[in-house]
Amino acid sequence: MAINILMPALSPTMEEGTLAKWLVKEGDTVESGDILCEIETDKATMEFEAVDEGVIGKILVADGTEGVKVNAPIAVLLEDGESADAAPSTAAPALVSAPALAAAAPVASTPVEQDLPAGTTFKSQTVREAIRDAMSEEMRRNPDVFLMGEEVAQYQGAYKISQGMLDEFGPRRVIDTPITEHGFTGVAIGAAFAGLNPIVEFMTWNFAMQAIDQIINSAAKTRYMSGGQMTCPIVFRGANGAASRVGAQHSHDYASWYAQVPGLKVVMPYSASDYKGLMKSAIRDPNPVVFLENEMLYGRSFDVPEIEDYTVPIGKARIWREGDDVTIVSFGIGMQYALEAADKLAEEGISAEVIDLRTLRPMDTDAIIKSVKKTNRCVTVEEGFPVASIGGHISATIMQEAFDYLDAPVINCTGKDVPMPYAANLEKLALVTTEEVIAAVKSVTYR
Amino acid sequence: MARAKKANVNADELLEFYREMLLIRRFEEKAGQLYGMGLIGGFCHLYIGQEAIVVGLEASTKEGDQRITSYRDHGHMLACGMDPKGVMAELAGREGGYSRGKGGSMHMFSKEKNFYGGNGIVGAQVPLGAGLAFANWYRGNDNVSFAYFGDGAANQGQVYETFNMASLWKLPCIFVIENNKYAMGTSLQRASSTPDLYTRGAAFGIPGEKVDGMDVQAVKDAGAKAVAHCRSGKGPYILEMNTYRYRGHSMSDPAKYRTREEVQKVKEERDPIENVRDILVSGKHATEADLKAIDKEIKKIVIAAADFATASPEPDISELYTDILAEVV
Repeated sequence: MAINILMPALSPTMEEGTLAKWLVKEGDTVESGDILCEIETDKATMEFEAVDEGVIGKILVADGTEGVKVNAPIAVLLEDGESADAAPSTAAPALVSAPALAAAAPVASTPVEQDLPAGTTFKSQTVREAIRDAMSEEMRRNPDVFLMGEEVAQYQGAYKISQGMLDEFGPRRVIDTPITEHGFTGVAIGAAFAGLNPIVEFMTWNFAMQAIDQIINSAAKTRYMSGGQMTCPIVFRGANGAASRVGAQHSHDYASWYAQVPGLKVVMPYSASDYKGLMKSAIRDPNPVVFLENEMLYGRSFDVPEIEDYTVPIGKARIWREGDDVTIVSFGIGMQYALEAADKLAEEGISAEVIDLRTLRPMDTDAIIKSVKKTNRCVTVEEGFPVASIGGHISATIMQEAFDYLDAPVINCTGKDVPMPYAANLEKLALVTTEEVIAAVKSVTYR
Repeated sequence: MARAKKANVNADELLEFYREMLLIRRFEEKAGQLYGMGLIGGFCHLYIGQEAIVVGLEASTKEGDQRITSYRDHGHMLACGMDPKGVMAELAGREGGYSRGKGGSMHMFSKEKNFYGGNGIVGAQVPLGAGLAFANWYRGNDNVSFAYFGDGAANQGQVYETFNMASLWKLPCIFVIENNKYAMGTSLQRASSTPDLYTRGAAFGIPGEKVDGMDVQAVKDAGAKAVAHCRSGKGPYILEMNTYRYRGHSMSDPAKYRTREEVQKVKEERDPIENVRDILVSGKHATEADLKAIDKEIKKIVIAAADFATASPEPDISELYTDILAEVV
C-alpha cells in the first residue's frame, strides 16, 4: 500500500523546515537507508533517509520550499507494482503556514516604550541572528574579545548561534573546547583576570553547573576579595530553561540562582533587539555577566532597530505594554505568557501593564514599584521553580516599598515545584501557562 | 636525604635566596604569633618549611610572568616582591592590607606584581592559572604563568581538565605541585593511588619532574628548565616539589596525623634555610656576622610589618558596599 513520507522533526524544538533538495526523483526505487532529501532547519542542514523500501510515486513538495511543517506529507512511496494513483493523499501539504510558536506569539510584537531616535527603521531578525551579530560586532570592535565553548567553531554552534564566526575570526578567537565545563570556565576567567574579554558559551546552562564554582567563587567574588584591584570582564552565555521534551536534566531555569549572587550581573532578555543590545553591553561590561538565553526563542523573529552600534543598558526594565488595572512583571520566555495573557485580558476589558525586566541583577525595582503604584496589583511570571523565585523577591520588594498601594496580594506564576517531566502532557502542566497568568490577574483584580 | 653541596655556588645569589627565605620564615612566625594574640582571625595557613619553592622559582621569572596559588599564599606574595606591610595588614583585616581588609589571609592580589591570589577553593587556581597562560598565548608574548597547588588539589578533577587543555593548546603554564605530604590531615599515601604526582600529566603528554623542594638551588635549576620549555612555545610543564610543612594545615590544626619525631627529623635534616646557611658558611661565602646582619635586617622588616598592620585602622564601614562591581565606563 502506498504511504506518505512525512516531513520529519529533526530537533526537539523544530516546528517547520525548508526542503532544500531532493536526491531522488519520481520513479526511483529506494531502499531503507537511502538518502531522500536534504532538509534545512534553523540550526542545520540534515539528510533525511528512507525508512521503507519502494518506489517514489510522487514528490509533493518541491526543492527549495520553505516553511514545510513537521508531519506534512512531502512524497508518496509506492510498493512494487503500485501506480502513482494509489497515493493515499495528494492533498497539498500545509506550506508556509505560521508555525505553532509564531501563531501563539502575542499581538504586541514590539514594546510601547522605545528609547530610540525618531525615524529609526527596523529589520526583522531572529534571536539567534541578533546574538551572533552582537558578538561579531564586538569582536570586530575589540581584538581582546573571543568566543570559547563546545562546538562553537567548526560545528558552527550546537544551536548555530556562532554560525560563520570561525570563518570571519579564525581559530584563535573562536575556540572549540573539549567537553570540560569546569576547566574551560576557569581558563576563561583566568584570561579575563589577565585583561582579555572572553565570551563563554555553555551549550546549555544545565551543564554550567559543572562550572558554577568558578562562576561564583572565582568570577563573581574576586573583585571584592581583592579590594577592587582585580576585574573580570567576561560573559557567560547559553540556553537556559526548558526547551521541549528534553527532560529534567536539560530543562532547568537558573534565573534565581545567579540573580542571588553579588558580583554578577544577570541578564535574561525576551526580544531579539534586547538580545542584541544587551549582549553588546554585556561584552563591554567590566564585570562578569550571566546571559541567560532561551532555546525556544532562538528562532523567533522580532523587529531589531537598524542602528549602528545598538546597545541596551544593563539594569533597566522596559514597559512593553501600558495598562491601568494590573502590572504583570516577567522576563525571558515568561514574557510570551505575560503578553498573551494581556492580549486576552484586553478582550475582557482588563488593562494590563506588562513590564519586561530584561535584567535580573541589578533589578530595576523602581520600574515595578512605579507601575504598581499606578495599578495597585501585580502578577509575576517566570518558568523557574516557585521556591526562592524571582517573583518571590519581587513580592517582598513590593511589600516593603509599596505596601499601602496594594489592593490585592501579589501572585507569582511560576513553573511547578517538580523536576521537568518528559511526557508531553506532563511537561505542559509543569510549565507556567497563559491560562494561569489570566487566572492570577482575575484573582488580583477580583473579577 | 643528603644536603646539596654544589661546587659552583653563586654566592651573591645564594645570599639573596637566604635572605628571601628567611623573610618568609620570620614573617610567618610573626603571623602565627599575631594569630595567637587574636590580631589575625579565621583561617591562616603558614608556609614554614616550604620557602625554597617560591624563592627558587621566582629566580627564573621575568617581567610580565604571572603567578597564582591556593590559600597557603603568604610566601608566594613575599617572594614576588609584594610589600610585607600590606600582606600583614591584610592578615589582620586592616585598611592598609592589599585587599583593604576584605580578603584576608587567603585572598590577596597584586596587579602590579602579577599575583592573582590567594584562592580558597582547592584546585580552582589551576584552570585560572592556565587562563593566565592562555592570555599570554593569545597575545603572542613569551610570558609564562605559574600555577601552584598542593598534593591535595592534585586529586581535583578540574586539574586534569586543565592539563588536557593546556597541553592541547600548548599553553605556557608551569604547574607547580607543592607536595608537602598532607592534604590537611590526609597523607598522600591515603589519598593518592600513585605516589609520583609529577607523572600525573603523562596521560596528557606533559613532561614532569620531581624536585627536592627543600633545596633552593635544585628548585632554581628545575624552574629554569621548565621556564625555558614554556617560553619556547612547547606547552606546559609539571614540577613536583618534594617539600614539607612544619606547622599544621591551618592555625587550628593540632596535627595529630603525624608524629612529632617526623616533623623534627625534617627540620633537622632538610631545612631549606639551614641548608643554604651551611653552604654559605662552610664554603666561606659568608661569615656568621654577615648572616647575623641579614637576620637583624629581616627582623626589622617583619616588626615594621606587624607594627604597620596593628596600627592600620579597620576598613571604614563604607567599604562594605564598595568593590563589588567595576564601574561601567
